Amino acid sequence: MLILQCPYCGVMADETELHAGGEAHIKRFGPGSSDEEFEGYMFGRENPKGVHFERWRHVNGCGKWFHAARDTNTMEVFGTYTAQTSTPPEDLLAQIRDKRPGFKWREFS
Amino acid sequence: MSTRLASGGRLTNRSKQIEFSFDGKRLTGFEGDTLASALLANDQMMLGRSFKYHRPRGLVASGSEEPNALVNLGKGDTHEPNQRATTTELFSGLEATSQNHWPNLDMDIGAVNGLFSRFLTAGFYYKMFIHPRPFWKHIYEPFIRQSAGLGKAPKAEARDPDTYEHFYAYVDVLVIGGGVAGLQAAKAAGEAGAKVLLVEQTAHWGGRAVVDGGTIDGMEAEEWVKTTLEALGKMDNVQVRSRTMGAGVYDHGYILCYERVRDHAPLAGGPRHRMWKVRAKQTVTATGAIERPLSFAGNDIPGVMLASAVRDYVVNYGVSVGDRTVVVTNNDDAYRTAIALKKAGMDVPVIVDARQMGGGALMDEAKALGIRVETGRGIAKVKGGKRVTGVTICNQQGEGAMIEEIACDCVAMSGGWSPVVHLWSHCGGKLNWDDAQAMFRPDHDRAPTSHDGKPFVTVAGSANGYLGLKDVLEDADTAGKSVSGSSAMTDAPKAENAEEKPLEPVWLMPQGASYDLRMKAWLDYQNDVKVSDVQLAAREGYESVEHTKRYTTLGMATDQGKLSNINGLATLSNALNEAIPQVGTTTFRPPYTPFSMGAIAGEARGDIFQPIRKTPMHQWHMDNGAEFEPVGHWRRPYCFPKAGESKHDAVMREVRATRDSLGLLDASTLGKIIVKGSDAGKFLDMLYTNMMSTLKPGKCRYGLMCNENGFLSDDGVVARIDEDTFLCHTTTGGADRIHAHMEEWLQTEWWDWKVYTANVTEQYAQVAVVGPNARKVLEKLGGMDVSKEAIAFMEWKDGTLGGYNARVYRISFSGELSYEIAVPANQGRDFWDALLEAGAEFNVTPYGTEALHIMRAEKGFIMIGDETDGTIIPQDLGLHWAISKKKEDYLGKRAQERLHMADPNRWQLVGLETLDGSVLPDGAYAVGEGYNANKQRNTQGRVTSTYYSPTLNKGIAMGIVHNGPNRMGEDIPFMAVDGETIIRAKIVNPVFFDPEGAKQNV
Ligand SMILES: [Zn+2]
Repeated sequence: MLILQCPYCGVMADETELHAGGEAHIKRFGPGSSDEEFEGYMFGRENPKGVHFERWRHVNGCGKWFHAARDTNTMEVFGTYTAQTSTPPEDLLAQIRDKRPGFKWREFS
Repeated sequence: MSTRLASGGRLTNRSKQIEFSFDGKRLTGFEGDTLASALLANDQMMLGRSFKYHRPRGLVASGSEEPNALVNLGKGDTHEPNQRATTTELFSGLEATSQNHWPNLDMDIGAVNGLFSRFLTAGFYYKMFIHPRPFWKHIYEPFIRQSAGLGKAPKAEARDPDTYEHFYAYVDVLVIGGGVAGLQAAKAAGEAGAKVLLVEQTAHWGGRAVVDGGTIDGMEAEEWVKTTLEALGKMDNVQVRSRTMGAGVYDHGYILCYERVRDHAPLAGGPRHRMWKVRAKQTVTATGAIERPLSFAGNDIPGVMLASAVRDYVVNYGVSVGDRTVVVTNNDDAYRTAIALKKAGMDVPVIVDARQMGGGALMDEAKALGIRVETGRGIAKVKGGKRVTGVTICNQQGEGAMIEEIACDCVAMSGGWSPVVHLWSHCGGKLNWDDAQAMFRPDHDRAPTSHDGKPFVTVAGSANGYLGLKDVLEDADTAGKSVSGSSAMTDAPKAENAEEKPLEPVWLMPQGASYDLRMKAWLDYQNDVKVSDVQLAAREGYESVEHTKRYTTLGMATDQGKLSNINGLATLSNALNEAIPQVGTTTFRPPYTPFSMGAIAGEARGDIFQPIRKTPMHQWHMDNGAEFEPVGHWRRPYCFPKAGESKHDAVMREVRATRDSLGLLDASTLGKIIVKGSDAGKFLDMLYTNMMSTLKPGKCRYGLMCNENGFLSDDGVVARIDEDTFLCHTTTGGADRIHAHMEEWLQTEWWDWKVYTANVTEQYAQVAVVGPNARKVLEKLGGMDVSKEAIAFMEWKDGTLGGYNARVYRISFSGELSYEIAVPANQGRDFWDALLEAGAEFNVTPYGTEALHIMRAEKGFIMIGDETDGTIIPQDLGLHWAISKKKEDYLGKRAQERLHMADPNRWQLVGLETLDGSVLPDGAYAVGEGYNANKQRNTQGRVTSTYYSPTLNKGIAMGIVHNGPNRMGEDIPFMAVDGETIIRAKIVNPVFFDPEGAKQNV
């Protein structure tokens, strides 16, 4: 059972306090988008064995959504960060590159 | 025979006799006995029948690895099946019964399965029951259900009288296992200042060392254990718990432990079991090792036991399993059993050692005691039925030709030791195969890792593959120091490793055993899996150990293969001609041994199983005979039957009274969410399919919410409070979900929009005042003007009514003149009472959810969850009028443009009326022409809501039908629940009552 630190209230939150929200940094496609774009937005998801970026909500806590970078295989947590961004912070990416040389996740590496 | 010896038994107190019963027989044991040792002392060797062949089965082991000795414990409310006799401490009045036989243990009809054992081989479930197809449902399945499962499930009406609880603990170091390794690891960590919790699954400390002897720091092992426990007791930072099993290791150092607080003392107060939820920075698993059986013909006959278990019963309980014990082994350790038996005065006719060269110092000691040792030999076959009567000896290297027959009533076997690596493996710890010791050992370079990527489980002692006392203690000391970050020099207690000759792996005895012998050589005792079954699976192409496990059911019983897994996979790897590590192990999954459902539930049962939400008027509903139904976590009145009135009659009365005069509905559970901010209108335009930003303050508008996949998710009336503020009503069950939905979009997509939300559902009590006399009763209460001119349909106003602060919405879900009035929650009950009093002259009638449903269906209003099921878009329900054409975007808009969503062939909402006026069955399908690929009738629609309408005096229904709106007047066939009867119903307008709205717009 995971522990993630909520970047808003600082609590080291047990998984029972959290709600998993699936893949992070998905760009919304609305009216006017192609079928392919919309399909990708709705259903295209990464399924990595390794580095992954996810959305979580501190639902039984401060109520805030945040992002987490995690290894889906080893459960190592590289860091958590604000939900108000469409890209992972550069210092976190650098840290992951250091620990998982050559990692690639969507357009990030 | 098995019997209590004249003396001995380090755990039993012979001055305290304890009475208990087994299969109705009254027996006695001693304080300190387990049920297993007490049964053996009473010569009760046979304890149950095996699962498939119903073969007689007796004790094999002395601890939690026991596969056979499962019994029913207790009766009535305290009845529990599948309890292991070896881990059940004896108490006065214990009642046990044996399992899996009929009519009784000695005489069992199911044993006839054994006669067909040639046909019940690996995979027989799959092979046997496939054909002919119809046999499955009527013959095979009932037969399997009848014979499936061990023990009897508790009766459905039984109620466990005991209590259970959950504990939470946060420690630096959790040490699992109270043998000498666990004690030393806990001591080392405790001395380093770490906060330590040490748990031991049994009631006793010291593990094997106290049975097998040895000297630690100049003391007898037993004395050292006592001294160390005292030292731990003096450390404030160390907590120790016996009768507490480390059950499972989970991500990020989360460990479940299972404490059996008073199974041994059922009359003591307090909880029976505890589930511990431990977060440990580091965990040391000092879980020891389990002895392996040897695979020879007849190794399941009662009286064949693990050598260490035979030793345990003599040393710990003063019980001899048999008068004449043949010891069979491939290693030195089993010699200890022979020596212990001999010293206790029992006969050991021979030690059969499969190794050509035999053993070391222990062999010499045994010989010096006058015990005959045969090396290079094996057991060809065990003789006996319900009890061992003898063995035939053969050459281990041969095919089983008899050299000699030896009479005995016990066989003590040892195939070597397997470290208990379960807890290490639960969270991904990997194993290496140790050829020399023929065992899987933890690979420390591939430990389970935690949130920081660093190892969080360390193994110590025998669990780590160290079998010598010196090695065990040094390993444990190192583990305890490393997990607590101690830099102290190693100061492990001084001890010596016994001088032992290496073991020789023996996976089949004799090595070339014939088929007839192999099909009597058991691997898994509980599930009846034999060497021949695993070999057959390999011949049939099973290569993966995981597949073989499922095909043969090896290791799938309640013991999870603690004794059988290694022998089974060695057999498989031999059959496949592969090395053992290439075949690998099956996955170790928690819990280590089964634990009670009560412990899992903890306090969450009965009234506190889940929190119940109650409205301010709840007590009135209780006092007035409401029949409640759950809606989310709320309890809402379904109807209010009067004395002697049926629920149906009550509902009919409530509808009529409301339509004729005046009804009251407690609508407090309706979701109420405030959406506020300069971008609130823009935000709601994205959330709802219709336009909300154009709504004028003081006005209300019905809105639909879809998810991004286009499907209808919730509906409700939105009121604009002021320029910046909206109040969104949601369905009762949807309030929390919709509030979360709003927050998700605001926080993660449109985080720069200036909008705040607040779920104020419970801040208000809300009453729907409904019916032709609704206005009159409000005027009688007095206060604000509620005339048509002052507050028109779909408007709202703040004011007072009868002195209460009221927000009045003129909205209607019934088609009647209707006011929904919100008052502060703390005024809710008084306001309700005031309405009842003022309404008396109008025959005011509180109504429940069923009357609400009927009235909305009479008006053709949809209900989320009835007309919608997560696959319905608003267009399916004829709600085009509530979908803005002007808006560029809203959640779900793009999805609704997809080909399948715009398909004119989608089923669409219509009203339905049976030709005979009866009520259509809920969920009934309209059948179409022909059959589909699965030979099922084609369908052309289904019923979504169906009621008897007391207003129209006939059945009315709503449903979705292929091309429905264009088929008005057509009658179509619906299938009744029996799957045969056809009910014909006419497609009609879904608005059954007052389609012009004359009643509500007054
Ligand atoms: Zn938080």
